[in-house]
Amino acid sequence: MRLSRACLVALVLAFGLALGCAAAHAASLHDALAHFTTDDFSDTTAGINEVAASGDPRAEAIIRALQDGQLMFSAERKAVYIKDESGKLTDAATGQAIAGDAPDDLDNVRINNRLRGVLDAALGGLTLLASDPGSRYEAAQAVFKSREASALPTLEIAIAKEQDPRVKRALLEARAAVILFSTDAKDEDKLAAVEIVRQRGDQEALGLLSSLPAGTPAPVMKAATAAIAAINNRLVLWNAVQNAWYGVSLGSVLLLAAIGLAITFGVMGVINMAHGEMVMVGAYVTFVVQETIRTRDPALFDYSLAIAIPLSFLVAGCIGVLIERCIIRFLYGRPLETLLATWGLSLILQQAVRTTFGPNNREVGNPSWMSGAFDAGGITITYNRLWIICFALAVFVALLALLRFTRFGLEMRAVTQNRVMAASMGIRTSRVDALTFGLGSGIAGMAGVALSQIDNVSPNLGQGYIIDSFMVVVFGGVGNLWGTLVGSFVLGEANKFLEPYAGAVLGKIAILVLIILFIQKRPRGMFALKGRAVEA
Amino acid sequence: MTTHILIRSLDRGATLFLIVIAAIAIGVPLLNLALPESSAFHVPTYLVSLFGKYACYALLALSIDLIWGFCGILSLGHGAFFALGGYAMGMYLMRQIGTRGVYADPILPDFMVFLNWKHLPVYWYGFQYFSYAALMVVLVPGALAFVFGWFAFRSRVTGVYLSIITQALTFALMLGFFRNNFGFGGNNGLTDFKDILGFNVQAETTRVVLFAISCLAIMLGFLLCRAIVTSKFGKVLIAIRDAESRTRFLGYRVESYKLVVFTLSACMAGIAGALYVPQVGIINPSEFAPGNSIEAVIWVAVGGRGTLTGAVIGAVLVNYAKTFFTSGALAPYWLFMLGTLFIAVTLLLPRGVVGTMRHWTALRRDRASAAAEDGVTEPLPAE
Repeated sequence: MRLSRACLVALVLAFGLALGCAAAHAASLHDALAHFTTDDFSDTTAGINEVAASGDPRAEAIIRALQDGQLMFSAERKAVYIKDESGKLTDAATGQAIAGDAPDDLDNVRINNRLRGVLDAALGGLTLLASDPGSRYEAAQAVFKSREASALPTLEIAIAKEQDPRVKRALLEARAAVILFSTDAKDEDKLAAVEIVRQRGDQEALGLLSSLPAGTPAPVMKAATAAIAAINNRLVLWNAVQNAWYGVSLGSVLLLAAIGLAITFGVMGVINMAHGEMVMVGAYVTFVVQETIRTRDPALFDYSLAIAIPLSFLVAGCIGVLIERCIIRFLYGRPLETLLATWGLSLILQQAVRTTFGPNNREVGNPSWMSGAFDAGGITITYNRLWIICFALAVFVALLALLRFTRFGLEMRAVTQNRVMAASMGIRTSRVDALTFGLGSGIAGMAGVALSQIDNVSPNLGQGYIIDSFMVVVFGGVGNLWGTLVGSFVLGEANKFLEPYAGAVLGKIAILVLIILFIQKRPRGMFALKGRAVEA
Repeated sequence: MTTHILIRSLDRGATLFLIVIAAIAIGVPLLNLALPESSAFHVPTYLVSLFGKYACYALLALSIDLIWGFCGILSLGHGAFFALGGYAMGMYLMRQIGTRGVYADPILPDFMVFLNWKHLPVYWYGFQYFSYAALMVVLVPGALAFVFGWFAFRSRVTGVYLSIITQALTFALMLGFFRNNFGFGGNNGLTDFKDILGFNVQAETTRVVLFAISCLAIMLGFLLCRAIVTSKFGKVLIAIRDAESRTRFLGYRVESYKLVVFTLSACMAGIAGALYVPQVGIINPSEFAPGNSIEAVIWVAVGGRGTLTGAVIGAVLVNYAKTFFTSGALAPYWLFMLGTLFIAVTLLLPRGVVGTMRHWTALRRDRASAAAEDGVTEPLPAE
């Protein structure tokens, strides 16, 4: 209630002031220009301010000319001209080339350092009146930071005619900042200004309120202190939200990377050390797709991911089936040897990519619908992260459906629970193995497409995520996919919440320790298989 | 007692192996120091250093074979213990530099002066004494292995779970040691050593002596491992490797056995690291890289898991191949070869070189005398 009343007061004040100022400065551009002809610094200052406040479309050109030393005046004719690089003279007021001869007593309008400051502020003020809402917003933000008192008249005009609510808020905030730092504003104005700044509630607002000038009256100071506390609380809250968002984002990446690992481990009991390289293969497939599109048909660039996702699934999946048929099949019952063999495979794949594509990072671009960001409350959400979360969840749901509703899923679950029994019931376990491995690798390939959007595509891409993915599997257990889901998001959140306190490295170490402690309680992860399958 | 253990642990193969290592330990230094450089049999000093490096790797391989070959614990993080031992030795060597460093600070190593540190961190205290450093070389890896193993084995983390966790351990340590504020030189690690126990580390004789000590360490480590695996304790270890649950049901405290042998193995790895550092002249966080640890496991696999001699031979073979190939025109293909080696050994040569040879000898002996041998010829692959 108090807030809204304060807003109302501020608005009414703003309108009142704006109207008054507009009337006062309604003087024509011509009158304003007359100030330049006296060759006096204080007159020039008045001239600049009046030109800026005139709202005339020529104002910007005149101010810029003055800044560049191109504004000329003739005391005799009481006229002001702009002289461009070629030496051509135009009338400052009309922008027309002058008729007849140039005046004899033509001279530069002189400026000094103080005037340069006034000029900068005036230019900033002028953009406040620009037609593009984006630049108006930027200008308002700039005034908020500079707190230039001379921008006040222009601000009033801008506020009076602003339609866009976002820009209007920014303008009001800028005005509040100026008022807070002006020496002659009334106390109630200042209090209203504190309220507006408080509602802004970000780091900038905090900076402004904590650096109020010495002469600020006590009640304003008190309000400012209260506002600082309120903003701090708010910032802490948003900071937590931001961390949570980062955690969800990291969790979705981990989910994508770990889910394939979890199903191969669940079904076959082998850890695929080359899993990270499947991710890398997927990322390089994206690179190749984008390169091909760039050379053949750049218009298709926005669809590059739509092509890359199924393609990377196929490529990585085929490699996976091949690995299973050629290597892993011979190592069943020897999971530790499988670990070594797949590590060797990862070395080969990495080196193969390194020799084919070079050791450096390759450029993979964001399609237009994935680039950019938007503000949600006090946090910034980038589109690529958002899409990756959606994608990860979509993959998760699809996989869940596959396991639940298809024959292959049924067979996979049967083999996971009891391989021997499944084989006795007529399930071709070796085929299930090959397909599972292919599926797991294919998902890793799709994870690579997602990762290519937020990380560097290099031969080491997979290495960075593989240990975290292992941790997810160890933590979540291999009993079902929900373990992987919960595991990845818990680890993602834990990572991001520990990072600000302990730093990225210590956070990682802390998580490792926590996982080791956690598996004291649950040695097979959160969602462990129970019954005979455990001691297979 | 001692003689009894010695007799028990030294069969013909083991004795032969010890004699060969002893011959190398004496022969190589002699060929390096006694012969003039012009002689065809002269061993250049760089080769002595290289062999010394291999010897340290061999000791690391022995420590891995002890737990993997005889107890079924596949540690993918043994490089961490190796590197910790190395850092302990490196800290001693850093303190020995004294005022000869770039900044000539009598107490602080160069990198600390560079980072504008005012005091020596507490954990660097005492490292100016060799005996203290030597104690830490064993204690630090041992303590870490003890704590880690105590948690891991007690909760029955086995098989691939354990391998993954050990890998994460060394990865976490690597990240930690890369940081400057850990106080171990960050990225660059510890280097620029001057002398060890008053002898110049660069000097030819020091290098030769270090090589001989490394060989001696292999012999002692080998003897220790043999004594363990031929004892009753060793029999239980093998039982754990082959059927962990059954051993537990027979009333053995599996986790205690594992913990003891894991800790011992970590101490051995630490000693290997400590001998490694003065010979290569640097220790940095990349020694913690998970890849290094896995590579060490493949040395054992190449030589033959559970053979001990095979571990030493495998380490030397693979590392010689690495030196040979990475220094020539074939360098870009080395990783292909190493990867293929991983796959080929696990698929085609699961017993390793030494294991396969023993297998053949056993087969021939079987054929020669119809009576079947019942000795411990080959380890069965276990989970």
